[in-house]
Amino acid sequence: MSESISVPQERAPVTARVPAQPPGRRRRHPQVNVHRRREALTAYVFLAPWFIGLLVITVGPILASLYLSFTDYSLLEEAKWVGLGNYTEMFFADTRFLTSLKVTTIYVVVSVPMQLAFALGLALALDRGLRGLPFYRSIYYLPSLLGGSVAIAILWRKIFGTDGLVNGLLAMIGIEGTGWVSDPDTALGTLILLHVWTFGAPMVIFLAGLRQIPQSYYEAASVDGASRLRQFRSITLPLLTPIIFFNLVLEVIKSFQSFTQSFIVSGGGGGPVDSTLFYTLYLYLKGFKSYEMGYAAAMAWVLLLIIAGLTGVNFLASKYWVFYGDTK
Amino acid sequence: MATRSKRAPLLFRPLPRGSRLLKHLLLIGFGLIMLYPLLWMISSSLKPEELIFREPGLWPSAVTLENYTEGWTALKHSFGYYLWNSAVITGLSIVANLVACSLAAYAFARLNFPLKKLWFAIMLGSIMLPHHVTVVPQYIVFAELDWINTIWPLVVPKFLATDAFFIFLMVQFIRTLPRELDEAAAIDGAGYWRVFGQIILPLCMPALATTGIFTFIWTWNDFFSQNLYLTNSDNLTVAVALRQFLDSSGESSWGPMFAMSIVSLGPIFGFFLAGQKYLIRGVATTGLK
Repeated sequence: MSESISVPQERAPVTARVPAQPPGRRRRHPQVNVHRRREALTAYVFLAPWFIGLLVITVGPILASLYLSFTDYSLLEEAKWVGLGNYTEMFFADTRFLTSLKVTTIYVVVSVPMQLAFALGLALALDRGLRGLPFYRSIYYLPSLLGGSVAIAILWRKIFGTDGLVNGLLAMIGIEGTGWVSDPDTALGTLILLHVWTFGAPMVIFLAGLRQIPQSYYEAASVDGASRLRQFRSITLPLLTPIIFFNLVLEVIKSFQSFTQSFIVSGGGGGPVDSTLFYTLYLYLKGFKSYEMGYAAAMAWVLLLIIAGLTGVNFLASKYWVFYGDTK
Repeated sequence: MATRSKRAPLLFRPLPRGSRLLKHLLLIGFGLIMLYPLLWMISSSLKPEELIFREPGLWPSAVTLENYTEGWTALKHSFGYYLWNSAVITGLSIVANLVACSLAAYAFARLNFPLKKLWFAIMLGSIMLPHHVTVVPQYIVFAELDWINTIWPLVVPKFLATDAFFIFLMVQFIRTLPRELDEAAAIDGAGYWRVFGQIILPLCMPALATTGIFTFIWTWNDFFSQNLYLTNSDNLTVAVALRQFLDSSGESSWGPMFAMSIVSLGPIFGFFLAGQKYLIRGVATTGLK
């Protein structure tokens, strides 16, 4: 039984290759040099599309967007330098910006832990010799694939509409619901629920992580009389912390950039009363509806800094709770 | 066998039959709750309009295909037209990602070149980069090129390997292939291109399949870019057309809209069924969505 659990194996280094050159200024054989140069040249040819893309599609626009963030620009007129104007406006004058920041933060802080809790809970329920695992895994994973689509966002709007499915079900047990998506108190909640609904992807990652835990640990713990709960707390949870961390970083980055759901459910404006005005939706409205492209670029840079900051904080905090096995 | 099960650790000891059954019932029940919205949408798309609001149950008391025929022709073009537009963009994106990302991945996984570590780090970093940081200048450039309302802004970047996720996926995969194969081919006189084309690529099929399927789903579902670059009613994709549906019909004709939503999800569901193995493996190894 225990052989079926595969432990990842480092591939042994290929010994036939030339051993590393000893340090010092020994001249290499000229043919080796020619060979190396040819290999490097070929590599750059293989990488050519990626290099061009990096330059034209990624690095160039990042720098351009940094420049634009210090200007007023609307596609039609020349860019006008305004220094830090866009940034000061954002944080000191634009209440809609602050609202969008608040809405997105609430969304991320509430929905990501809930989503990961569901993912972990079901991964634990499905782990270890459960019959029909592939079937359950597929069912729970499906919403992750569909969750980002316009069709599901439309469906959500209908489910939580005034005469929608939820209110229909509530009416059957005699409760009168509200218009969930049109009520500013509950609109964001429906989007959070939509995100939690897509817990399947992190669940699959958790399942893969659980498989990596050697069964012998549990056997040993069991011999020592550890209860199931104790085994979970002392074996499963610590050994899973790197996976939890990985999922956390990934989901925070992703959910901070959510767009489609809020766009469709709110009808494109972030309503009601800006209660679903996601950061990226506001960026879109600024840049491509009112064509304040300098302002949008500044917002994009703030977004980049926020995401980099969150990832950095996550990594720093990880020292205190993520267990990598090699540290005592 | 009997002694084995007696000594089996607590966590793996088979549950008693009753509670095993209970567990399955709970899991199925929970799955049903999860899928209920989807099932309800399917059932609603088959109901006459006036029943949708009145029946929260799944079984339609009257079945009609009217919503589908009505929805198919409700917009300026038939819905098939938008499906075709989406298919073209998605198809080109798949080809682009397969070609550009596998080329780059081979170089990163197998070849030595100066500054390789630095470039690799930059590639990994670009995966995390929010799309919004580049979108404003990109839009300006594409507008200068007169590419708004064409498919080029959606497809050309992919030919330049900007979906670095897939480079990473393939690098990870190629690294697991034994290098001896490359070396044997090299001894037989194969150059880098031949090793790439005749050894690496054929062995990479699982990674290529994962890339293809994910590219399909992401491109098909992508709303932000398509909504940004395609505004002319003659070249809308499914995602943007559905949204127009919402705008034009307001809160009135949910039946046809559900019907077309189902149609739009059909291809994703098909790819999901066909490529489940690759999807699950892709998610498990790289954390793709």
